[in-house]
Amino acid sequence: MATKDLLSPLPGTFYRKPSPDAPVYKSEGDTVKKGEIIGLIEVMKSFHEVHADADGTITAFHADNEDAVMAGQPLATLAI
Amino acid sequence: MTRQIKTLFIANRGEIAVRIIRAARELGLKTIQAHSLADAESLAVRLADEAVNIGPPSAAKSYLNVEAVVAAAVASGADAVHPGYGFLAENARFAEAVEAAGLVFVGPTPQQIRMMGDKVSALEAAIRAGVPTVPGSKGRVETPEAAGVVVDRIGFPVMIKASAGGGGRGIRVATSRDEFDRLMPQASAEALAAFGDGGLYIEKFIASSRHVEVQVLGDGYDVVHFYERECSLQRRRQKVWEEAPAAMLPADVRSKLCQSAVDLAKAVQYRGAGTIEYLYDDTTRDFYFLEMNTRIQVEHPVTEMITGFDLVREMIRVSMGEKLRMKQSDIAIRGHAIECRINAEDPTQNFMPAPGLIESLVVPGGAGVRFDSLLYQGYTVPPFYDSLLGKLIVWDEDRASAMTRMARALGELKIGGVKTTRGLHRALASDPDVQAARFDTQFLERWLEKHSNQCVE
Repeated sequence: MATKDLLSPLPGTFYRKPSPDAPVYKSEGDTVKKGEIIGLIEVMKSFHEVHADADGTITAFHADNEDAVMAGQPLATLAI
Repeated sequence: MTRQIKTLFIANRGEIAVRIIRAARELGLKTIQAHSLADAESLAVRLADEAVNIGPPSAAKSYLNVEAVVAAAVASGADAVHPGYGFLAENARFAEAVEAAGLVFVGPTPQQIRMMGDKVSALEAAIRAGVPTVPGSKGRVETPEAAGVVVDRIGFPVMIKASAGGGGRGIRVATSRDEFDRLMPQASAEALAAFGDGGLYIEKFIASSRHVEVQVLGDGYDVVHFYERECSLQRRRQKVWEEAPAAMLPADVRSKLCQSAVDLAKAVQYRGAGTIEYLYDDTTRDFYFLEMNTRIQVEHPVTEMITGFDLVREMIRVSMGEKLRMKQSDIAIRGHAIECRINAEDPTQNFMPAPGLIESLVVPGGAGVRFDSLLYQGYTVPPFYDSLLGKLIVWDEDRASAMTRMARALGELKIGGVKTTRGLHRALASDPDVQAARFDTQFLERWLEKHSNQCVE
């Protein structure tokens, strides 16, 4: 099965859930549709959604909630 | 009681940290710059005498962490803490913790921060000091008859608001008694459905208002003002362009406005630099108290340019227990100043943030030009904090020449490597309405709907 890395579109802080008390958007093993939200990037106090760019199954997350990430850094791997 | 300090701990970052270091150095103080892991290479860290890491990049774990900041300040051997603006600057618990640790807090007392930080207690303090507030019911109206009495007193147009509401929901504007009688039951039903509480209150509706604010400085006994600024050009309630003085303010209104700010600050025996913000209706020439900010503000340089005083230096002096060094009669307006906030944002892409490497930098200069910034060539602007890179400030003899000088200085400014709001300011500086000071607090958002494509670098 092919895999694809989902890259951070922006530098900033990665969030896997919409608010501190909410459950994560997606867990490892979850299936996603193209365009579905898998997390948020906070950059300079504004929040931007991170969308899956293909249908697939998340096999791994490479960044934890509240991790600092760079643009282009892999956030998750999808089996497609 | 005066207490001479020797070492100042700067519990902030960015351009204001640089500003504070400069003022402290001129006072002969040693500076210790607090920084997160992401700010180890910041200009403030490079300029300060010493630097202390206070935590990871996330502001919540560094600049907003009261315990970590106070512990670092104590361990550094500093005897005073400057909070800058934002972060912990208006956090009464932080001010208390600094004082409890035996250090001087460069700002008001914790009680003053608490009183002015709470909307209701600040409004009550303003009313007690005789400062005009937006006319209205001052609380909920329980019956249609009671509502009628209020509108007879304040006149139309009025705004009907849900007591439990927020974010603009449940607000209606009535321009006549007929409309008011029709809208009141609707508003009450909607408030009940939306918030489970049908309570309403009524306020005078001010269709078009300007944002004016008065700079004050107090030593705990006496208070002086440094006249007003106008900050009507805002986007999403963030100020973008500021001026001093306010171009459209008649002289008699100016003196009443500034006196009301002094009255309020004196009534609370204010210590430090503070700003009282108002709505100003230039059709009726009425002004209304909005809130008081108990800190130095981003736009303080325009006031410094027209009055010639260094507000950051003076706020440090009064924090040491010194008396005010100037009388009100020593403070006069000379000329006009404008500040443009240069943010790392792309105005053509809905102000998308644009952190990154500063590949090249040309800073404007010449007479009457000041650039307060966090920039140096080769610096990488981190993505974790707000987007303010610097403030371009100009002074000139009058507003028209200050506009020309601003356009000239913006033309010289070159920031290579990241998108900035320079293009927005160039377009604003050449806009006929901005040149004529014909704007209110909604002007910029309307203007951007038509002109954002002109805001190119």
